Amino acid sequence: MVSDTEPTLEVRNLRTHFFTKAGVVKAVDDVSFAVRPGKVMGLVGESGSGKTVTGFSILGLVDAPGRVVGGEIRYKGENIATATDDRMRRLRGREIAMIFQDPMMTLNPVLRVDTQMVEAIRAHHSVSHKEAWQQSRDALGRVGIPSPEERLRAYPHQFSGGMRQRVAIAIAMLNRPDLIVADEPTTALDVTIQGQILYEVQKLCEETGTALIWITHDLSVVAGLADEICVMYAGRVVEHGTVDEVLDQPAHPYTRGLIGSVPSRNRRGQPLTQIPGMTPSLLNLEPGCPFKTRCPDADAVCEAEPAITHPAAGRDVRCHHPVTAGAPLEVTA
Amino acid sequence: MSVFIIRRLMQAMLVVLVMSFLVFAGVYVVGDPTQILVADDADQAERARVIAELGLDQPFHMQYLQFLGGALSGNLGESFRFNEPALQLILERLPATLELAFVALAIAVFFGIPLGTWAGLRPESPVAKTIMTGSILGFSLPTFWVGIMMILLFAVILGWLPSTGRSDEITYVLGFPTTLFSLDGWAHILLPAVNLALFKLSLVIRLSRAGAREVVHQDYIKFARAKGLSESRVILVHVMKNILIPVVTVLGLEFGGLVAFSVVTETVFAWPGIGKLLIESISFLDRPVIVAYLMIIVLIFVFLNLVVDIAYSILDPRVRLQDMKS
Ligand SMILES: Nc1ncnc2c1ncn2[C@@H]1O[C@H](COP(=O)(O)OP(=O)(O)OP(=O)(O)O)[C@@H](O)[C@H]1O
Ligand SMILES: [Mg+2]
Repeated sequence: MVSDTEPTLEVRNLRTHFFTKAGVVKAVDDVSFAVRPGKVMGLVGESGSGKTVTGFSILGLVDAPGRVVGGEIRYKGENIATATDDRMRRLRGREIAMIFQDPMMTLNPVLRVDTQMVEAIRAHHSVSHKEAWQQSRDALGRVGIPSPEERLRAYPHQFSGGMRQRVAIAIAMLNRPDLIVADEPTTALDVTIQGQILYEVQKLCEETGTALIWITHDLSVVAGLADEICVMYAGRVVEHGTVDEVLDQPAHPYTRGLIGSVPSRNRRGQPLTQIPGMTPSLLNLEPGCPFKTRCPDADAVCEAEPAITHPAAGRDVRCHHPVTAGAPLEVTA
Repeated sequence: MSVFIIRRLMQAMLVVLVMSFLVFAGVYVVGDPTQILVADDADQAERARVIAELGLDQPFHMQYLQFLGGALSGNLGESFRFNEPALQLILERLPATLELAFVALAIAVFFGIPLGTWAGLRPESPVAKTIMTGSILGFSLPTFWVGIMMILLFAVILGWLPSTGRSDEITYVLGFPTTLFSLDGWAHILLPAVNLALFKLSLVIRLSRAGAREVVHQDYIKFARAKGLSESRVILVHVMKNILIPVVTVLGLEFGGLVAFSVVTETVFAWPGIGKLLIESISFLDRPVIVAYLMIIVLIFVFLNLVVDIAYSILDPRVRLQDMKS
């Protein structure tokens, strides 16, 4: 997919490693992708594939013993991987926002919701407390929280998990950022609410040209939302393309496995498949393709690290044996 | 909220009643005050007269009921030694002890919380390690020894501060006599207050450090940073407010401990408070004063528990809610 608009965010060869006592955990190891204004990039992968760490790297929020050890994170052309703390602070919340994975842990339990919202506005704009408060109230209303005026004065424990996640989403959207990293934000919500939130976020992105990185392990969510998909495995992007390309013609055996494990109307009656085995430990990963132990097509070549190939323009695959376009999606068992 | 307070008050009263019995019974079984109070050469009749006068001929339960009846009207008995109401003896000396405990608590809080938080935020730094080593010393060195060393260093060798006693320059603030409004007052109180604070300071450092270490790794702190808040707001508001809850609880309870255990410090520094009075009363087996002292300490503990519960419910909204539900 070629577009002439400048990407809002371009991540190039990002590496984020954790230097633990047990050894180096290469949580993100050579990840590249780009998101354009108003577009949605779906970052998909199993638990532990490095999605959250990628998100934290973009915001400069990787805690010790972790560190971005290589690559570039270009936000509107500026490499923020090397930006100063102060520069990052100004970007965070104002231009780049993040919605965290676990809504129960995102809000400070001892501060009222209005405190936590008002401070998010006043950290970046010199507006009166009253004005910030009114903006917060409106933001809560927009994410579908009933009687926002009253709810603003409540503490986080007075909200359900779904309501808390809406508050977090409202906070992320408060300053109308140009980039939002949404880390599985709807996992804790029921389906109708999930739909509302998706709609709301999508609308914001279209209206304001906000670029969105939507992290999930659920392919069916990104199918309806994203423009492009990056499939992550063991800290790497193993496949990238538009939603249609990736879902209709998956080239990487891992992607095919993921698609095979999602219930689908087209394949009704057929058994769901599972990818055998488990994600390898990222601690002292063996050389070679990290998927080789679970891959139906693995052979001797896979002992060497595969390079990225481009089966089509705008398509990236990291596999020695990519499935060529047009091959039917068979069930990997 | 008022239901919560009333229930806590009733619990508190029950505790005081039970403690009064335990204290009275405990002191009753220790020693025989008549041996000290009655002159050795007194005859049998004289001895019996003194015993009856002090009410010591009554059976235990009568003595207790008499004590209880008196206590309800604010009379905790008369000192055998001074022939003055025991309560009055204690109340005269209480301000000196409270003043000392208050300054010690302030030292523990104002140095302990920042030092502990700092150590918790940068646990690997040499400064943090120095702070923690210091707190181990504060825990393990005996108070009386540190007190004597402090007198030796600052009063005897350096001559900067007076070695013992309390200043005479007393100011009344809302009826409370204090020496904290004079330089001489501070010169006198500094050494004993630091001495008394040392243990609590170490405790506050440990608590704040543990709190900080736990809180900084919470998602909500990362989320606060993700909002672009300044580091000072993240630490001072988001981290600190969470640390303060356990520290306030423990400190509130520990203030009673400061008053009770000022005995050692008061003795070393000849501080004219209730601790020194207690030691003297014990050596004279002055039962009413000992009982009155213990009851005052019980009251202080119970009162502080109450205050802490209420303060806690204000600081931590979750406590309030739980309590309303139950
Ligand atoms: N502080 C840390 N210290 C050591 N390793 C870490 C740390 N944080 C994350 N990791 C490792 O980085 C890897 C990627 O973690 P990450 O949280 O990004 O996964 P994820 O794709 O978001 O998974 P999930 O879907 O479960 O959220 C994991 O193997 C994890 O063990
Ligand atoms: Mg995650």
